[in-house]
Amino acid sequence: MKNFLAIFQRETKSYFSSPIAYVVIGLFLVLAGIFYYLIISNFVQMCMRVDMMAQQYRQMPQKMNVNLMAIRPIMHNLSLFALFFLPLVTMRLYSDEKRTGTIELLMTSPVSNWQAIMGKFAAAGALFVLMLAGTFIYIIFIFLYGNPELGPILTGYLGLLLIGLSYISFGLFFSTLTESQIIAAVSTFVFILVFWAIGWISGIVSPTLGNLLSNFSLIEHFDDFAKGVLDTKHIVYYLSFIFMGLFL
Amino acid sequence: MIDVQQVSRYFGDIAAVKDVSFQVEKGEIVGFLGPNAAGKTTTMRILTTYLPASSGTAKVAGFDVHEESMQVRKRIGYLPENPPLYQDMRVCDYLDFVAKIKGVDPNDRKKAVQEAMGKVAIDNVSKRVIRHLSKGYKQRVGIAQALVHNPDVLILDEPTIGLDPNQIIEVRELIKSLAGNHTIILSTHTLPEVSMTCERVIIINKGKVVAKDTTEGLTQKHSGARRLTVVVDAPLEDVRKKISALEGVEKVEKAGNGAEYTTLFVDSSKSLDIRPQLAKLIVAQNWPLYEIKAEDVSLEDVFLQLTTNEEGEAS
Repeated sequence: MKNFLAIFQRETKSYFSSPIAYVVIGLFLVLAGIFYYLIISNFVQMCMRVDMMAQQYRQMPQKMNVNLMAIRPIMHNLSLFALFFLPLVTMRLYSDEKRTGTIELLMTSPVSNWQAIMGKFAAAGALFVLMLAGTFIYIIFIFLYGNPELGPILTGYLGLLLIGLSYISFGLFFSTLTESQIIAAVSTFVFILVFWAIGWISGIVSPTLGNLLSNFSLIEHFDDFAKGVLDTKHIVYYLSFIFMGLFL
Repeated sequence: MIDVQQVSRYFGDIAAVKDVSFQVEKGEIVGFLGPNAAGKTTTMRILTTYLPASSGTAKVAGFDVHEESMQVRKRIGYLPENPPLYQDMRVCDYLDFVAKIKGVDPNDRKKAVQEAMGKVAIDNVSKRVIRHLSKGYKQRVGIAQALVHNPDVLILDEPTIGLDPNQIIEVRELIKSLAGNHTIILSTHTLPEVSMTCERVIIINKGKVVAKDTTEGLTQKHSGARRLTVVVDAPLEDVRKKISALEGVEKVEKAGNGAEYTTLFVDSSKSLDIRPQLAKLIVAQNWPLYEIKAEDVSLEDVFLQLTTNEEGEAS
């Protein structure tokens, strides 16, 4: 536990003593902000149009669901941005140690591999939590000017957290394989993207295989979280995905 | 303290280290000498548990490097060829981190870091970021890193590489001062380093140990004969004939050309010191004498002899 903390602290410090953390968090929020603006203004326009139509036909205006129409797309976008950003966060965790030779210090210290991996995983995870925490601001604004349901938002964030940790675990794995950060980032990226898109093939191939494939897909499992459904099946999927990444 | 038994390590088909065995006693400084790619680093990496051996056993402080690697790791300080420094950390933070993962008690940690910095004289840069330090300072931080948890065994891979001559001397002094409390293995391919710092030397070539002995023993064993340089002012042929007639003299040869006086190399058998006889002869002949000097066979000669012989056998 002491070793885990030591490594966790060192990694976190190294994120924050270099520009990495600030750039990643900052740009992630910029990107999220732009898409948030687009989605919300789209939603507002739609509401106005519905209101106008209701007035024309002298009906009660139809109630629009802000959770369904705005927050869910936002969550989906966030999971996509995480796909772009997290490989960049994880790429240096081990490749940099290999390149500079500090891996020799780590491997000849009384620290088990498991402690080192978990320390690094937790550090990258903490950075991701901060990235997500930044997006709470957007959600707070929705609460100020609308009345969304809290439940789906919380499950959505839980889903985001799990999907992000899955990315990180595989990013960490690819980082151990190579000295080059770029190779680590690109292979993580491709690997995640394949798992992301694997569900799309399911429509083309036979139903059983398709079902199997879509079960492997990262994003299919996320849908339910964003809808507000908390299914243990999905949680188990992400946890096993994370565990597999770390174990490798 | 260190016991290596027939350790081999293969990379594919190539044997980086083959059947290496040696022992190191507590408090000794042992030099690991060999040309580049001789297997020095590989042997050290096996000792530090970084690489597993393909066969054979190695024990450090009584613990097997493979079976009880965590116990071994607690007791060694290792300086790899490139000091393992986190470039973006400050010196004191870095050493504090190393102390943490090496299992130094939290209450003693501050003191341990201070002491390590004191030993290698880097207190004045403790707040600097490692990236901005000079090569010499980085190397010292590397040594401090190996020392911080006060390990029983220090393993230093080419500790003086890339330093300027003054720094090299400082580092050697430092290493010498550490002997006694620590058992030290250091590797190098520069010979003066071994003769200056080490009590014993292990010469390794092409993955095999070709010699292990004290530095004096090694030079003596491999010098077949004693050699004297004699400079006198007398006709060459005359001198040569008279000296050759002395008991124990094996060979007399002229050394160099164009010297003002006659300069000769006189080889004699190892057991006999002919210097008194030679002096008597010269006085009796009334030759003006300028120099009699005993030549040491240098470690360099031994090294060349051993490593080139080996090459001859292999081909």
